Amino acid sequence: MPEPIRYKTSDEVDFVVIGSGAAGGVLAKELSTNGFRVVVLEQGPYLTEADFTHNEVEVLQRNQLTNRPSLQPTTFRKTPHDKARRQPALVYGRMVGGSSVHFTANYWRFHEIDFIERSKVGPVPGAALADWPITYADLEPYYTKAEWELGVSGLAGASPFDPPRSKPYPMPPLPVKSGGVIFERAARKLDWHPFPAPMAILSQPRPGRSVCVQCGFCESFGCEVGAKSSTLATVIRMAEKTGRCEIRPNCYVHRVEINANGRVIGAAYFDAKSVTHIQKAKAVVVCANGAETPRLLLLSTNRQFPDGLANSSGLVGKYLMMNSGPSAMALFEHPLNDYKGVAVSRILHDFYELDPQKVGFCGGGGLDARFDMTPISFATTGYDMGGLPPGTPKWGKEFKATLAHNYTRSLEFVSHGTSLPVENNSFSLDPNVNDAWGLPALRMTYKDHPDDLKLGAFLRARILELLDATDAVQKWASPVEEQEFAYHLLGTCRMGNDPKSSVINADHRTHDVKNLFLCDGSSLVTSGRGQPTLTISALAYRAADRITALAQKGEI
Amino acid sequence: MNESLSRRRFLSRGVTGLSAAWASAHWPALLAAATHAHQAAKSAAPVKLGFFTSDEAKEIDAIASRIIPTDDTPGAHEAGVVYFVDRGLTTFSVDDQKTYREGLPALQARVAEMFQGKSKFSELTPEQQDEVLHSFDEQNAQGRQRRFRTSAGAQNFFETLRQHTIAGFLIDPDYGGNRDAAGWKVIGREREHMFQPPFGYYDKDYPGWEVAIKADANEAEKK
Repeated sequence: MPEPIRYKTSDEVDFVVIGSGAAGGVLAKELSTNGFRVVVLEQGPYLTEADFTHNEVEVLQRNQLTNRPSLQPTTFRKTPHDKARRQPALVYGRMVGGSSVHFTANYWRFHEIDFIERSKVGPVPGAALADWPITYADLEPYYTKAEWELGVSGLAGASPFDPPRSKPYPMPPLPVKSGGVIFERAARKLDWHPFPAPMAILSQPRPGRSVCVQCGFCESFGCEVGAKSSTLATVIRMAEKTGRCEIRPNCYVHRVEINANGRVIGAAYFDAKSVTHIQKAKAVVVCANGAETPRLLLLSTNRQFPDGLANSSGLVGKYLMMNSGPSAMALFEHPLNDYKGVAVSRILHDFYELDPQKVGFCGGGGLDARFDMTPISFATTGYDMGGLPPGTPKWGKEFKATLAHNYTRSLEFVSHGTSLPVENNSFSLDPNVNDAWGLPALRMTYKDHPDDLKLGAFLRARILELLDATDAVQKWASPVEEQEFAYHLLGTCRMGNDPKSSVINADHRTHDVKNLFLCDGSSLVTSGRGQPTLTISALAYRAADRITALAQKGEI
Repeated sequence: MNESLSRRRFLSRGVTGLSAAWASAHWPALLAAATHAHQAAKSAAPVKLGFFTSDEAKEIDAIASRIIPTDDTPGAHEAGVVYFVDRGLTTFSVDDQKTYREGLPALQARVAEMFQGKSKFSELTPEQQDEVLHSFDEQNAQGRQRRFRTSAGAQNFFETLRQHTIAGFLIDPDYGGNRDAAGWKVIGREREHMFQPPFGYYDKDYPGWEVAIKADANEAEKK
């Protein structure tokens, strides 16, 4: 393979793509394949399979693959009336491939309802629920393209609630685990409809990529054999092979540059030594995730945009949604050994679409059975929930005995549901706290909409019902609580037709700046039911088509 | 820990220049090589202490041995937790040095306060040792806590050591702890990089998706 191309910062490339995750990686490949010259600026390092390990201390405790709270502090408050306090508020992948490298690889499509929920259920007090400017049918070809190009294991037609699809999955589901069998049997007893989980992990080999070796280190870890369908393992390599795309790691973009005519001219970034460079480009596509994308716009103020670039609506950073859903743990008589294999093998969508008249709230969700705790996490009561029952001593003989007995016999049941868009829920710039580069830190403001908490209580009750249909010898559930930490960063530069109530249009172009596009979790108008990554990649495939068409017509 | 990481990286780096297809086809060989590198790293495992004096190490080992005691299965002592902690304090856990430097003497002061004439944790009987560690519980069994003159810094130290002990007992043995995978043997985790179904008790007789649907439907009809 030839050396990948290197551009000078003074070369005016066609596109700078900021971020290389589920969206940025796809856009890099699509745009460079379509003949454009592309520079991808990635905040994190360029790691590969050879760099990935099972080292829990480095990965989970020292943030080897994620944003670093020590250098990139965040603050949190529940409402705009509260004073924000410094606390870790979010996690995202900080490396080439972004969060698609370290995610669990649950790969659900959104359903039709997710795009038209506002029309279907009417207004919801306290929420700015809106229809998308596109429908499921518009996105369907791109879901299919993502599934086939990136590689997804699943069984089409196995769920009666699935939306229509133009093609089956490219490969069969991964092997069922003991947890999946327990889940499947219990759900069928209740006349629910469990089905094999669609996962962005290979059950059949692809050129240059191994099938899943069932090592069990999916969530939070990078896949050492390239079986997880991250953008790193797939489209980023394809982008580099075009000879027109440079992936430039360790570049922390802190400003999108704009000229007097209101056109974007490039992106300013700190290199690894904190020296600032400006990469020139004819157009910029920001794919930095639902937290860093709005932050970058808010940092990029100028005379024309004193409140942040492309923020004439005042909505940049607002309507943050992060999905929600309580979970429960159960202990079984015999070893499941669910530490082996991918985290999730069975899910169900019976509660995806609920009737608000009947349940008394707007929203819905899905359930899965999983074991995604690595050994140290499982044993560390007080870290997250840990895997041990409440009341287990934290050390000593009984601690050891419980740990020894439970590790192979435990299973977690997790729900995943909607978050409603609430204007106060947002990312903004903290006026008092800076990051290690002297830039204002991310401030998260978040208080779950009452309907989200009602949904949580509903899903929790379904989990307990499901657990009652198993032979679990012990079970315990987390309470429904207001959230203060985000794994999914959604909705903060939402898509829409009206420049007053949205930040980007259906082509992902900002309403305010003709040659500035945004595509990532921030584009989402609704939160979906808890697994947004496939939708983010499908949007990126579609955005690339739209942007290419505009460029070819000379309309950028 | 850094050493074994860099060895592994060095070893695998060479592969990235080759075609990914080669890497995929040769995965089992790569895996074997990586495993070999880890074994080599392990055989050079820490015999020398980098942070603790041998007296301190004896104390840390004694405390860790109450956190995860040795009974009919290995405990923190057999897993070499003290070496993991020692190495951690000069590498990944440098920020905790102060906690240990100040915390261990504070804990020893608690020992002296509770047991006249004693100054070392390792000199106590296991029962006495547990009594000292329980004095850091937020509440004792009676719901009341005896007040001690000695510093609260010891409490933070004990909590930090508790977490480090668990990490050193359960971390993948390739990364400087969990000697001979002792901790994984205790919890029933096999030391392999690859697994194959069936994985456990409940999936070993799974008849396959299509059959399972029909079987469950038949059972429902019988009812």
